[in-house]
Amino acid sequence: MPTRVALFVTCLVDQLFPQIGLSMAEVLERLGYQVGFPAAQTCCGQPAFNSGFRGEARLVARHFLDAFRGAEYIVSPSGSCTAMVRCHYAELFHKDPVRLAESRALGPRVYEFSEFLTKVAGCEDVGARWEGVVTYHDSCHSLRELQVKEGPRRLLRAVRGLELREMDACEECCGFGGTFSVKFGEVSGAMVGTKIESIRRTGADTVISADPSCLMQIQGGLSRAGLAVRTKHLAEILAGT
Amino acid sequence: MPAAFQERIHEALLDERLQQALYAATGRLMGKRVETVGAAQLPDYQELRTQANLIKRHTIENLDHYLLQLTAKVEERGGQVAWCRDGGEVHDFFARLVREHGIKLAVKSKSMTSEEIELNEALEHEGVETVETDLGEFIIQLAGEKPFHIVAPAMHKTRYQVADLLTKKLGIEREEEIPKQTAIARTVLRKKFLEAGLGISGANFLIAESGAVVIVENEGNARLTTSAPRVHVALAGIEKVIPRAADLAVFLKLLGRSATGQALTSYTSFLSGPRRPGELDGPDTFYLVLLDNGRTKILADREKRQTLYCIRCGACLNTCPVYRKIGGYSYPGVYAGPIGAILTPQALGLGHEPTLPFASSLCGACAEVCPVKIDIPKILLDLRQDVKKAEAREHPWNLERLGFFAWAWVMQRPWLFELAGLAAQAMLPADGEGAWIRRLPGPLKAWTDTRDFPPPAAKSFRQLWRERRPRN
Repeated sequence: MPTRVALFVTCLVDQLFPQIGLSMAEVLERLGYQVGFPAAQTCCGQPAFNSGFRGEARLVARHFLDAFRGAEYIVSPSGSCTAMVRCHYAELFHKDPVRLAESRALGPRVYEFSEFLTKVAGCEDVGARWEGVVTYHDSCHSLRELQVKEGPRRLLRAVRGLELREMDACEECCGFGGTFSVKFGEVSGAMVGTKIESIRRTGADTVISADPSCLMQIQGGLSRAGLAVRTKHLAEILAGT
Repeated sequence: MPAAFQERIHEALLDERLQQALYAATGRLMGKRVETVGAAQLPDYQELRTQANLIKRHTIENLDHYLLQLTAKVEERGGQVAWCRDGGEVHDFFARLVREHGIKLAVKSKSMTSEEIELNEALEHEGVETVETDLGEFIIQLAGEKPFHIVAPAMHKTRYQVADLLTKKLGIEREEEIPKQTAIARTVLRKKFLEAGLGISGANFLIAESGAVVIVENEGNARLTTSAPRVHVALAGIEKVIPRAADLAVFLKLLGRSATGQALTSYTSFLSGPRRPGELDGPDTFYLVLLDNGRTKILADREKRQTLYCIRCGACLNTCPVYRKIGGYSYPGVYAGPIGAILTPQALGLGHEPTLPFASSLCGACAEVCPVKIDIPKILLDLRQDVKKAEAREHPWNLERLGFFAWAWVMQRPWLFELAGLAAQAMLPADGEGAWIRRLPGPLKAWTDTRDFPPPAAKSFRQLWRERRPRN
């Protein structure tokens, strides 16, 4: 009986980047997992939480807990959404003992994609092939809330044909920050400008990250600047054969 | 007010020279910090941070006790302590002091606390010439500006701008070499030190068990400020107290490294009261001014009181990707950067600049470098909630609130979420197959002003998943 994994694709991937979700499923299936998609899922609630609307965030977080009740492993393509569930639900439900207990039980079962591969599947070589020079962008919440740093790099180094070149500002925020990206659009745009300069200095043709929102921000900046560098989610690279 | 904040940000972002200077200067400070806190130089760095956090927590939780102990000890050593609720009370204190001692000239070493209450302006109003003696502060005083950075107040000025300033204000020949500029400042300031009747300093730490004021610095100007004039006043926020001198073994290892990447600053002075009979140096009169100015308000909040742990090292500014873009003058209040973004709304009230807690991508870089482990992103999140609650009381149904209300309603109904996605697919302008969108209306205009936006997927993930043939 293969281990079951529930995909939490996130609202962004569902609506804008479905390919990331499919790639994730493909890699997990290749490793022998039985992949499911709980269709009741929508969002983790982070947009409202980060914007100061705790009540609205709580409603959506409750929905998340219901949608994934009973799931053994939950795997997400976003470090940020994973961190929301694992690190911030406790704060949302500190006055609701039932939901608090649920979120405490669920939190440790939610994994960011690379984390699941390296820590649960214990796998660093997924048998992928990708021709090109790439650079890896650490998403802030993967790095600082989930302490994910080396895992994605080890996975990338095992990819045949791929050369990983580190950028000097790999740990510097891309400037997305949720509603910050429109509330302070000018600052956010300037921040991605700095990120793109750092990316260009590596000479890489592809920027990889494990957070779709960072990729949206970086690709948005690259596209506006008319640069040929493209962005890919880690799952898309690992799905390549 | 929000418009003014955005306007200042806009100006800072357009200033190409400032952008380069700011990114380079903060980057240098960060680089030096990383080197000096690294495992090779400070293997127990993380343990020291934990220890510093615990000492601060203990002190702030027992602040009343330690402030009374400190006061008793300062008085035991012949000093006097003035407790001031706000800037007005400090101004009154100084007005009485300068009249009593007939003071016409005061020298000052670096103090952000004095900036909070516009002390220089108040002293000038009393007819006292007040001279900043820290090189950076000296420069910005000549320029008539405020500190751009809590540790490096003139960080935004190039040596060429300093050359212009010195020529214009001091009437001297133009000098572009930094060591020579420093020598010029030294000559001007040496005379002031000898003539001043009053020396005003800040304090990095106040030691409760002994009543000592501890000042760390690199230029020796604080040492002269506190020892040459006949009267010395140390001005400090009430949160500066620590229980024991032994606690400095933790803080001194962290402060210099976090601030400027120095294992230890050039000077660390321990000042305990006025000169005693038989001693050669030191003032005849010593005052410690303990300032509240909103700090007890912060103390009253159980969650956010950790804001008071701050030792003003400036590491959070240097590492903050927002500060590194918008610089010190965009922020409302005298404290810039992440610490300013949590300090200002608490000390001056949320209404002072309600959008300030939102001016962060919540990247967490500040919390990572904070030597006393203040959870700045958490406090920003709490403040955001406070701002929205206050807004709801005034405008129960503003557009953003309505938007999130509707959003939460949709997000609890997957079928509606899917429908909304289909509607967006139909509505969003597609600039061609797979091309990113260059211009959008409404709230997304702020996005497309600087970046392109992704086109909606032809089919959502859930549509594709339903069509997908299950493997295994």
